[in-house]
Amino acid sequence: MHQTKIEVRDFNFFYGDQRALKDIELDIYNNKVLGIIGPSGCGKSTFLRSINRMNDTIAGARVNGTMLIDGQNIFSEKMDVVELRRKVGMVFQKSNPFPKSIFDNVAYGLRVNGRKDKAYIEHKVEESLKDAALWEEVEDRLSVSAFDLSGGQQQRLCIARALAIEPEVLLMDEPASALDPTATAKVEELIQELKKKYTIVIVTHNMQQAARISDYTAFFMLGELIEYNETQKIFTNPEKKITEEYITGRFG
Amino acid sequence: MNKKKVTEQLGFWVLRLCVGITGLILLIILFDIVTKGIGKVSWRFLVESPRNGMTEGGIFPAIVGTFLVTMLTAVFAVPLGMGCAVYLNEYADDNVFTRIIRMSIRNLSGVPSIVYGLFGVVLFVQMMRIGTCVLAAGLTLGLMTLPWVITASEEALKNVPQSYRNGALALGATRWQAIRSNVLPYSISGMLTGTILGLARAAGETAPILFTGAAFFLPFLPKSPFEQFMALPYHLYIMVTQHHSLETARPIAYATALVLIALICSMNMFAVILRYKLRKQKKE
Repeated sequence: MHQTKIEVRDFNFFYGDQRALKDIELDIYNNKVLGIIGPSGCGKSTFLRSINRMNDTIAGARVNGTMLIDGQNIFSEKMDVVELRRKVGMVFQKSNPFPKSIFDNVAYGLRVNGRKDKAYIEHKVEESLKDAALWEEVEDRLSVSAFDLSGGQQQRLCIARALAIEPEVLLMDEPASALDPTATAKVEELIQELKKKYTIVIVTHNMQQAARISDYTAFFMLGELIEYNETQKIFTNPEKKITEEYITGRFG
Repeated sequence: MNKKKVTEQLGFWVLRLCVGITGLILLIILFDIVTKGIGKVSWRFLVESPRNGMTEGGIFPAIVGTFLVTMLTAVFAVPLGMGCAVYLNEYADDNVFTRIIRMSIRNLSGVPSIVYGLFGVVLFVQMMRIGTCVLAAGLTLGLMTLPWVITASEEALKNVPQSYRNGALALGATRWQAIRSNVLPYSISGMLTGTILGLARAAGETAPILFTGAAFFLPFLPKSPFEQFMALPYHLYIMVTQHHSLETARPIAYATALVLIALICSMNMFAVILRYKLRKQKKE
């Protein structure tokens, strides 16, 4: 059995009166890729954004049940949200570079976390851009605006930005949904590389993508976790009929 | 021509007429003031004090007074207003309480300036015993400008994409760090522009300074914030309505109006240029 990084038990999420996640139970393992699939509005993004508490800002949102990271309750009052988010990085669906230079985008996380050593920041920016497979395309123009990059490059920049602060877990919310096939292939390749160092949770609409890149797959529907298993099993021999129907594209 | 096209043309002409009429009114006002005032405006008019029962000389003390009061207004209203806006937009929850506060602020910007004037007399001049002076007038105008600063600043903050904030938070930034590095730099131009427009409006107000510190005539400039002062709008008001010889004073009144309009226009121009410069800088 693999080592558990995040343990979710009886987890419920509410937007006001609406129960968006119902009694979710699953384990997320170290250095594995968990793919979350399901139709729109099934709660997969809500689940993802619970892990680094990005839902905190939504008025009327509340949770119950437990979600533990390294045995610590993510929703406990003792949890330092800033510290949690340093540990759990996030890449958003729509690439969201800051209107700053490429260098400053990647250095941002280091700076807000109190890193001042210039040599270290420079080294870390280079390393992160290399890890995000972007270095060769931008090494001679680090000072230009991030907005000058193409869509695919911007998304890899956002990945580099997340990597720079050395998170342990990387959350990705449909990171390739706005990219063309070539850029998507690059990001997928990258994820295969990244799982050597990080635990990755990725939400995706694209079935083939989930099959290609994830080790485990969780199928969500209407706020419930329908099935959770090794990706190979889910895609070749799902236990539930509804999972099979979804995967084979009979509804979406 | 078919009916659709006729309607289209007609619509355009009605809209053009609206723009034309508005522009024309503005032009007539400007033309009137410029033609009747320009003859009197000279370097000496700008740097000399009024003489001979305000039938000769210039308006220097009024220019200085308006400048000082506007500065004080800014010192009071800008930090307070921008702080309020940042708190309301970035930190405060959206609940009944904050909605009431927001609505009150919006309503405050619609309160007539004479009401602020009266309020200023009671609060600053009488209760706080500051007396009628530059400070009391500056604070009164500050109160009046505050809702404008808050509203303009909030609008500017709202224009910053949410993804700048979320992106920063997701990287382990505190809320204040996210605001400082990813919100304020991209909203400051809008905040400043709105603020300067608010200040320009304050500079041209008569009613709030009427009872709180503006003087009919002073031979000296105020030496401290606790002295009375002359101001352009008030000077204009007395030249037009209170002077013992209205006909003699008329050209001076027109020249004063011209200077006041020029002052306010240049403040507005400054706001536009500042916004342009900051936007350009932001893109780099």
